[in-house]
Amino acid sequence: MVTSVTSMGRSGLYDWLMQRVTAVILLAYFLLVGWVLICGVDYASWKALYAQTWMRVFSLLALLSLGIHAWIGLWAVVTDYLTERLMGTTGNVLRLLAQIVCAIIMFTYVVWGIQILWGF
Amino acid sequence: MASLRTLSFDGVIVGGGGAGMRAALQLAQSGYKTAVISKVFPTRSHTVSAQGGITCAIASDDPNDDWRWHMYDTVKGSDYIGDQDAIEYMCSVGPEAVFELEHMGLPFSRTEAGRIYQRPFGGQSKNFGEGGQAARTCAAADRTGHALLHTLYQGNMKNQTVFFNEWYATDLVKNQDGAVVGVIAICMETGETVYIKSKATVFATGGAGRIYASTTNAHINTGDGIGMALRAGFPVQDIEMWQFHPTGIHGAGVLVTEGCRGEGGYLINKDGERFMERYAPNAKDLAGRDVVARSMVLEIIAGRGCGPEGDHVFLKLDHLGEDVLESRLPGICELSRTFAHADPVKEPVPVVPTCHYMMGGIPTNVHGQALTIDASGKDSVIPGLYACGEVACVSVHGANRLGGNSLLDLVVFGRASGLHIERALREGIDLRDASESDLEQAMSRLDKVNNSTGGENVAALRKELQNTMQNHFGVFRNGEFMQEGIAKLADLRGRIEGARLDDKSQAYNTARIEALELHNLFEVAEATAITAEERKESRGAHARDDFEERDDENWLCHSLYFPTDKRVGKRAVNFEPKTVDTFQPKKRTY
Amino acid sequence: MLQVSIYRYNPETDAEPYMQDVQVDTGGKDLMVLDVMELIKAQDTTFAYRRSCREGVCGSDGVNMSGKNGLACITPVSQVVRNNKLVLRPLPGLPVIRDLVVDMGMFYAQYEKVQPYLQNNTPAPAIERLQSPEDRAKLDGLYECILCACCSTSCPSFWWNPDRFIGPAGLLQAYRFLADTRDTATEERLSRLDDPFSVFRCHGIQNCVNVCPKGLNPTRAIGHIRNMLLSRAT
Repeated sequence: MVTSVTSMGRSGLYDWLMQRVTAVILLAYFLLVGWVLICGVDYASWKALYAQTWMRVFSLLALLSLGIHAWIGLWAVVTDYLTERLMGTTGNVLRLLAQIVCAIIMFTYVVWGIQILWGF
Repeated sequence: MASLRTLSFDGVIVGGGGAGMRAALQLAQSGYKTAVISKVFPTRSHTVSAQGGITCAIASDDPNDDWRWHMYDTVKGSDYIGDQDAIEYMCSVGPEAVFELEHMGLPFSRTEAGRIYQRPFGGQSKNFGEGGQAARTCAAADRTGHALLHTLYQGNMKNQTVFFNEWYATDLVKNQDGAVVGVIAICMETGETVYIKSKATVFATGGAGRIYASTTNAHINTGDGIGMALRAGFPVQDIEMWQFHPTGIHGAGVLVTEGCRGEGGYLINKDGERFMERYAPNAKDLAGRDVVARSMVLEIIAGRGCGPEGDHVFLKLDHLGEDVLESRLPGICELSRTFAHADPVKEPVPVVPTCHYMMGGIPTNVHGQALTIDASGKDSVIPGLYACGEVACVSVHGANRLGGNSLLDLVVFGRASGLHIERALREGIDLRDASESDLEQAMSRLDKVNNSTGGENVAALRKELQNTMQNHFGVFRNGEFMQEGIAKLADLRGRIEGARLDDKSQAYNTARIEALELHNLFEVAEATAITAEERKESRGAHARDDFEERDDENWLCHSLYFPTDKRVGKRAVNFEPKTVDTFQPKKRTY
Repeated sequence: MLQVSIYRYNPETDAEPYMQDVQVDTGGKDLMVLDVMELIKAQDTTFAYRRSCREGVCGSDGVNMSGKNGLACITPVSQVVRNNKLVLRPLPGLPVIRDLVVDMGMFYAQYEKVQPYLQNNTPAPAIERLQSPEDRAKLDGLYECILCACCSTSCPSFWWNPDRFIGPAGLLQAYRFLADTRDTATEERLSRLDDPFSVFRCHGIQNCVNVCPKGLNPTRAIGHIRNMLLSRAT
């Protein structure tokens, strides 16, 4: 058993499952948006689409999914390459910094997204 | 010697194969401080190559099977120089030892009833030879040795045995009283030499098939235990008895299990004739290995061999069908495709008798205690030294081992050694410490190798030794020809002792190990040669052109080779089993 | 003449590893790579590598041959030679002790971590524990592993986290005991595996499947473990 406090759910299975669930949500969302774009869209219809509550909730869900999905993915990347085994203590410092940066960016995106969705 | 680091244990096992790990497991379970020294990671030991199975009367195939029938077969197979008390012990304790392995997790193949699958093997019978072919060999497909070795390693891991993996034991340490008090060993990774001190030293170093040019044995089977024992002045028993396995893949030497014939395969000559029907009308292809191997050589000599050179015969398997081959003999299919370029599903496999097993070895009693002969000619135990597995000669195999009996031998006597040491440790073992000069004595060979300057190349000398043994001490032997061989070996001794070691480095120096191994190979080869020439009869695997008959009057006995004066003595065979009647020597036919 | 380029490193004499070119006379035969290594060693005794059974069952001689891991003793030269050149390197990702000999310590440590031995807390019967041929068949493709490390050392996840990711070989053995009807420690075994590294660092790259000299499929076994974890937790 290898524990880690920075992984998403602190369980391999939970992270694995979340990554797949969020991937499905993201796929569905981008298929919907792609389909709307292909069918032709202007400012008015786009605005109308996003005025509906279900679309705002769906967008928020997609945004949260993106955050979770990215966190799990990037967490795997930084724990692969930025490790104490490869770089000594520097690895730990770099990894923590990278994780903090990622967390701030994601948090910002989520807050910004909520502002956009409910701010107009 | 002040610089020599000492590590102390209650029991030290030299060799991480089946026998060594079974002994270690027994000791580790008892809580004594146990270490295994192995020159390879334990699962790389040669037990891993055993294919067909472990013969034992567990009464799965035949609910009426009886260990006494197995005992009868083994005594007969040994050509009556197997010790009957030891064979009795092995066959009667066998089922318990096999069930222990199963409980440990060994993935045996299964019957529909859920029991361990048993297949027919050579030399097996029911009802003391009267009831036809038996199926008594417990199998895990054709990877029984692999399954067994890994299971034993796993068992040792569970019981926290200490392993010195990739450490190489060079020589025994004897104290002033002639008792064994440990070994000198080299850590291959660092090159450090250490004295491993122990109250009981168990040799489980395996065989020495590499003394022959054509062998089923792994590169590592260099007779290290025999070499160490002989250098320490201890005798070896029945060392002239070498089994040639009928089915080694022609050219490569890789083993094809007897289980192939057990499952219904058979040998054919170039005319497609199933020639074993002529040599062994009843058992046919499942006669004793010595009988089958000789028949094959006779076919080849008579000009009925296969291939452009007429130097092998074929093992026919395709009639068994793809399903049977892939489920029962998957490993064989793989090996045959790789090494013989023949797919057994479609075509026969080219095979030839190939050196396979050393029946002889360090004489021991049923507790694994190594024996020598005292001045009055009686057996005497060598204090501190045990041996089990192929390196030992208990003797359960006599002049010819039956297929599937080697795995049984190693678990039963590995276990017995462990049990006896456990008891002895509880009662207290008190051996005098080795003195400076004892250690110097044990270090002398290694020092000489480390300081070697001139001399010949190790690989070339090894090849010469192997060719000499192959040509002069093969399936058929002849006095005159053996004497020539002995003369060649006499010439080789000095050259091998003075072999050159170019590489004196410390880290993972395999050249040093190979030079040391060559000494051991030579000791085994010389003992084999001298003893083979001395035994003037044909018995079991020892077949002489100039003495074609078995001579019970003079040679119904073990040979004992004493290294100090290169003398061959005799030792009585045990004919006194404890719970059954003696099996009297009869003419051996199949 | 076959051109062979071999990785050489002796910690006592070499500051760093280098590639050495040697010519080997194979006599026109398609030898196994191990035979070629033996020929090289007969000329240059300082060349170090491991070998034992020479028939593909002991797992000693896992090496990297022209870029692909495999067992030298059962790989014909023709299969790995490129432009009449054979490149021999140690298994990647493990510390090199000397030449082609790597330190397998981390590999074995991961194997030990899965407690690769049968655990059964019920009293053993006087005979064997019964198992149907169908239940026994579940162990096929699992128990045959020879611990050669070809799979784990071809796995990028194992390269980066050999101390935390169990790796394909260890996980194959973990499943060998999970799948054994005689083992009663399934729950404990699964609990020990449910962390972000031990199993879930497998990203399904399948290099392990591609190189296994015994034709085993660790990725499939890992999938089975994941499914067991999933059905246990949901």
